Amino acid sequence: MSKLSISDIEKVSRLSRIALTDTEKEQMTIELGSILNFVETLQAADTTGVEPTAQVTGLVDVLREDVVRKCDIPPTELLGNVPAMEDGYIKAPKVL
Amino acid sequence: MNVSYLSITQAHELLKSKQVTATQLTQYYLDRIATHDAKIRACLTVCSESALAQAAAIDAKIAQGDSIGLLEGIPYTAKDMFLTRGIRTTAASHMLNTFEAPYSATAIQKLEAAGAILLAKVNHDEYAHGGSTEQSAYHPTHNPWDLDRVPGGSSGGSAAAVAADFGIFSMGTDTGGSIRQPASYCGVTGYKPTYGAVSRYGVVAMASSFDVVGPLTRTAEDAALIFEIIAGVDSMDATTVALDSTIELRLENITIGTSRGAEQAVVQECKNQLADLQYQEVDLPNEDQALAAYYVLVPSEISSNLERYDSIRYGSVAADTESLEQRYARSRGEFFGPEVKRRNLIGAYALSAGYYDAYYNKAMQVRTSIRAAFDKLFEQVDLLVLPTTLAPAFCFGEKSDPVEMYKTDSLTVSANLAGLPAISIPAGRDQATGLPMGLQIIGKQQDDAKVLAAAHAFQQATDWHTQRPPL
Repeated sequence: MSKLSISDIEKVSRLSRIALTDTEKEQMTIELGSILNFVETLQAADTTGVEPTAQVTGLVDVLREDVVRKCDIPPTELLGNVPAMEDGYIKAPKVL
Repeated sequence: MNVSYLSITQAHELLKSKQVTATQLTQYYLDRIATHDAKIRACLTVCSESALAQAAAIDAKIAQGDSIGLLEGIPYTAKDMFLTRGIRTTAASHMLNTFEAPYSATAIQKLEAAGAILLAKVNHDEYAHGGSTEQSAYHPTHNPWDLDRVPGGSSGGSAAAVAADFGIFSMGTDTGGSIRQPASYCGVTGYKPTYGAVSRYGVVAMASSFDVVGPLTRTAEDAALIFEIIAGVDSMDATTVALDSTIELRLENITIGTSRGAEQAVVQECKNQLADLQYQEVDLPNEDQALAAYYVLVPSEISSNLERYDSIRYGSVAADTESLEQRYARSRGEFFGPEVKRRNLIGAYALSAGYYDAYYNKAMQVRTSIRAAFDKLFEQVDLLVLPTTLAPAFCFGEKSDPVEMYKTDSLTVSANLAGLPAISIPAGRDQATGLPMGLQIIGKQQDDAKVLAAAHAFQQATDWHTQRPPL
């Protein structure tokens, strides 16, 4: 059974912007290890020369005219779920 | 007037002939929810007021002598993954505890325009990540056939609601079996259309190259009626494809494929009941590799799709976060549940430098092989039948190991990898437990009509779909 290290978990936790407690990190080393072990069966598939599939219906480059469309939802409702606002702007914590 | 366990067509006849009013029908389901949902726990939000107002408007129309459409006055529930204007949408996550969308999903808009009445938003695994509804951030839902067991998932609240007669149908989503597996566990009909046939605009995204919208119903006939309403190209979902959504439930010159050498009770039941059809044994795509590819690709797409939860534009916010980075990480750490975290982390791992080729790209290649195997299979047969699940509904806590839970999708994920239409219909009972077991029918892309017609033919010949749980 492969097991990930705490630093592996810390790396994906950082990449995912998901803070984990120490207990969670410990647990994830085992759980993620067992999931990776489970998907290991992929390596047995012979995929020499096989093109990857990203989507299944064969649609390509669905385009539309770049025109402004009317939106009948009032801005106050569109912004109704914003946790913090000031003077009509969305407030965010400082970046640096 | 007994209105229990009506299908859409039956309810429509009663409404049209004025044997029952839309208000009476709506009130029946609201009462039913009030009486039984304390033990089933299918509902997250019940919309009594808006439902009764909508019913009153339809009754006024009927009283005037106006004719009504097939879905007019038909009460239904929707998985809480569908955005509904004015009604909270949680995705069964604490991240969206108080989220109220400013618009409704296209599928919901179409149903509303057709006159269907939304009774309640129902439970599921958080963000649809799971197969039992135990991963809901709020509470688990219980299987109406056995309250100690799960209803399946992720659309477990939908399947339980239909089985418990909380509305005539329910809208669900299916990424790897999330409509079919709970339908099988709860003894109802669950239909996953061809990928792209139904718009996902306004549906909380999970894995966008897999996600499909579809109904859970009493009959395949009802599923066909709903499909005709909700299918179609939508400029707000660029992946929608044009297909003929007029469904004629006729079966002609059909050859059905079955899995080579497998003894399967529900498949045998299909052969017995639809004895006039041709059957041929075929080689199925490799299930183990399909499941492995699925559990690389889906978490990868999840880790990308769930980046949107920044707790700045919307979403729950962790206390005392001083920097932007802290706001993101702590809010997501606090308000995402364990399975959502696992999938985000696995996805980030599979997509990260050094692992991309071994996991993500390899899984996309295997996806091509699975599609090719289906293409070959459908050169020989029109439809494929197999069980929906290997076993009936399991007990709470029985699959606490994430990988064991993933394996409950082993017979359903292949259809999603290839974008195929598939349906699960009740076709027997498990011998040991007496619980419902589903038969899965899979067709070629765009062969939705054939899939529905075969399911309808089976239901014309059997009464598994009319059996009810002891509530």
